[in-house]
Amino acid sequence: MTIGSDLEVVDMDVVLDLRGLDALIRVLAQDGRVVVGPVLRDDAITLAELGSADDLPGGWGVETGPGHYRVRRREDEAVFGHSAGPQSWKRFLHPPRRALLSSDGTGFHAAPESPVSYAFFGVRPCDLAAITKLRQVVGGPAPFVVAAQCTEPGEVCFCSSMGCGPGAGSGYDIALTERVDGDGHRFLATSGTEEGAAVLTRVPSRPAARHDVELADRDVAAAAGRMGRSMPEVDLRDLLAANRDSAHWEAVAERCLTCGNCTMVCPTCFCVSVEDRTDLDGNAERAQRWASCFEIDFSYLHGGAVRTSGASRYRQWMTHKLGTWHDQFGTSGCVGCGRCIAWCPAGIDITEEAAALARTGGGRP
Amino acid sequence: MTIPMTELDALPLLARLSHTQRAAIAGVSRIETYDQGVRLFDEGGLADQCWVVLSGCVTIDTAVPQNGRMVLQSVGAGELVGWSWLVPPYRWHFGATVVTPTRAAVVDTAELRRLADDDPALGYQLSLILLDALLNRLQATRIRLLDLYRNPS
Amino acid sequence: MTSWVPTPCRVVERTVETHDCVTLTLRPVTGSLPAFRPGQFAMLYAHGVGEIPISVSGIPADGTLVHTVRAVGAVSRALHDAAPGTVIGVRGPFGTAWRLDGVEDLLVVAGGIGLAPLRPVLGHPSRRTVLVAGARTPEDLLYAGDLLALSDVDVVLTVDRGGHDWHGRVGFVTEPLASIPLDPERTTALLCGPEPMMRFCARTLLGRGVPAGNIQVSLERSMQCGIGLCGHCQLGPLLVCRDGPVTGYPEAEPLLLAKEL
Repeated sequence: MTIGSDLEVVDMDVVLDLRGLDALIRVLAQDGRVVVGPVLRDDAITLAELGSADDLPGGWGVETGPGHYRVRRREDEAVFGHSAGPQSWKRFLHPPRRALLSSDGTGFHAAPESPVSYAFFGVRPCDLAAITKLRQVVGGPAPFVVAAQCTEPGEVCFCSSMGCGPGAGSGYDIALTERVDGDGHRFLATSGTEEGAAVLTRVPSRPAARHDVELADRDVAAAAGRMGRSMPEVDLRDLLAANRDSAHWEAVAERCLTCGNCTMVCPTCFCVSVEDRTDLDGNAERAQRWASCFEIDFSYLHGGAVRTSGASRYRQWMTHKLGTWHDQFGTSGCVGCGRCIAWCPAGIDITEEAAALARTGGGRP
Repeated sequence: MTIPMTELDALPLLARLSHTQRAAIAGVSRIETYDQGVRLFDEGGLADQCWVVLSGCVTIDTAVPQNGRMVLQSVGAGELVGWSWLVPPYRWHFGATVVTPTRAAVVDTAELRRLADDDPALGYQLSLILLDALLNRLQATRIRLLDLYRNPS
Repeated sequence: MTSWVPTPCRVVERTVETHDCVTLTLRPVTGSLPAFRPGQFAMLYAHGVGEIPISVSGIPADGTLVHTVRAVGAVSRALHDAAPGTVIGVRGPFGTAWRLDGVEDLLVVAGGIGLAPLRPVLGHPSRRTVLVAGARTPEDLLYAGDLLALSDVDVVLTVDRGGHDWHGRVGFVTEPLASIPLDPERTTALLCGPEPMMRFCARTLLGRGVPAGNIQVSLERSMQCGIGLCGHCQLGPLLVCRDGPVTGYPEAEPLLLAKEL
């Protein structure tokens, strides 16, 4: 169907308005999925179950910086006009606490699995990449993913230099690109899987015109140029490997409180500790909980911890994230979401620390 | 009893010496065999020889009140016993006892020093051999000070 | 989550080795365990206390599994105290094994409890084996009677502090290593003990001309899962539970030399 070049229909892509977006949430829920997406709560954009599009944080944006996060009113009613918040999808794929098994002293029984079928709604491309990286380590069933391409990166964002945004890479079922202008508030929807395409046929939409796609592409391309931060353009894996003995770790340690916030907010940090809880009947439940390599006991070996200094613990975290993750899993552990910068009480900026290491000479361009 | 050269040639300890240099050392040495329990020397005695253990085992000890003779170190095949002949006052700092039947090359250290004085090239090689052996002993002793195998609990 | 669930195994024999070490023979309550190879480890679970990695110290052909445990913490104390009949949870085998294919001259160097993971490689008739084992005192030497009874193995035992009735060696394991006869090119050396001990031994062997690639070490880090999920056992690029514990010395050396890695 060709009416004019501007209105040429593009295969598979459709445009939803807010009613269409609302219908999308309802269709996903009707299919038995728990739909989780961004909501405004306690002065932050957090993640919670969505009942309708009204639950989305329409008209709310955020301002971020090192050690800084504030929600702010937007001039428009965009629902995805906010960068990464304090939570990530990690808490659903890899819950903060998870029962593993029970023991009565003679037998061991796996904890019952909770068969939740999730639909993640409004997943930013950095987080989409994080979901792939995290699931590579912890496994589990794949969620249905509705990505929201990023057209408005924040001050601490650097996904572009990590190759994880602002456009959505692979791994989504549906990708949305939001636009609010004189022509209204709408979402270009692209399916990434047959399942996504099938869902889209069940919500009210109009076919996407070439113009819609061009605008979306332009908005996403423009976002790439508005990243608040970037990683130095060196091979980060080599950089970290070459800087194991750098004096710079001591300089970071002077600021780092070893609080572990960066590891808690990081969408890919997966470490856990396992603990036993016993009751008076002599039964024990073993469970895992999120752990942090900044905890002094994290590296405890009979007789004491291996990594006692703050410098060694920061080095472990950053080296694992940017360097040795490659050795272990064939990819970087960082997606450039910037959460670790915003939620560091000391405002330590991983891109700045990488740049400082690069200035001291390690790593090759 | 003179030393069969094949035995000296086979010692890793003397590997850096030429056959001729080893022969010179053989010339100031003799082979001795010792039964278990034989006392090689006592603390305070004149140090005028050293031993290269060919087989068996010798312990180095010192007397500690209430504890008797405490063993500080064993010396086994291929290793050296006796350093005090090197430096004044040329008195043994510790004692030494044969703990398993031992065969050793006993070196007349006065003659050895004369050989080294006469042939500085040999003297230099001997110094390196002694230093190497001493370094191994020193490093091993330092490591033992770490008490690595203690139960940390 | 099934990978987290242990196989219940009953303690069928408990042998006191030293004042703080016992050897436990475990038999699955039902069914069987997968085959373990020397150098690999199991996660042993003491009910209500916790789970720790313990290397296998014996692999009998009768389907039992043998572990030597030193009481150093809450879990190892509970395992150490487990009387015959106690049920212990076993997961495994995990990790890498000693690489022994084609080895003719084997030099085994152990320090303290480090002898446990090496015991299963001793006494193999197809190769010449020299064992150099160190311990704190004669009373701390593991398996001493059994070792001296092994045919085909030359055994050198050395202790940090001997007693009046000790007739073995007093000194550190590097001392016999520096003087024992060996053919450097043909020798494969397996080292297990405290990290400094393995570093010093490896350097002594390099000094003797043993190629670095012929030296293997067994690494140790905190482990809570055994399956590369908990992150505790990271040592630089390695997840020790998955990429170790047995590692070639060329790979291990820079990691062992780095402070607080």
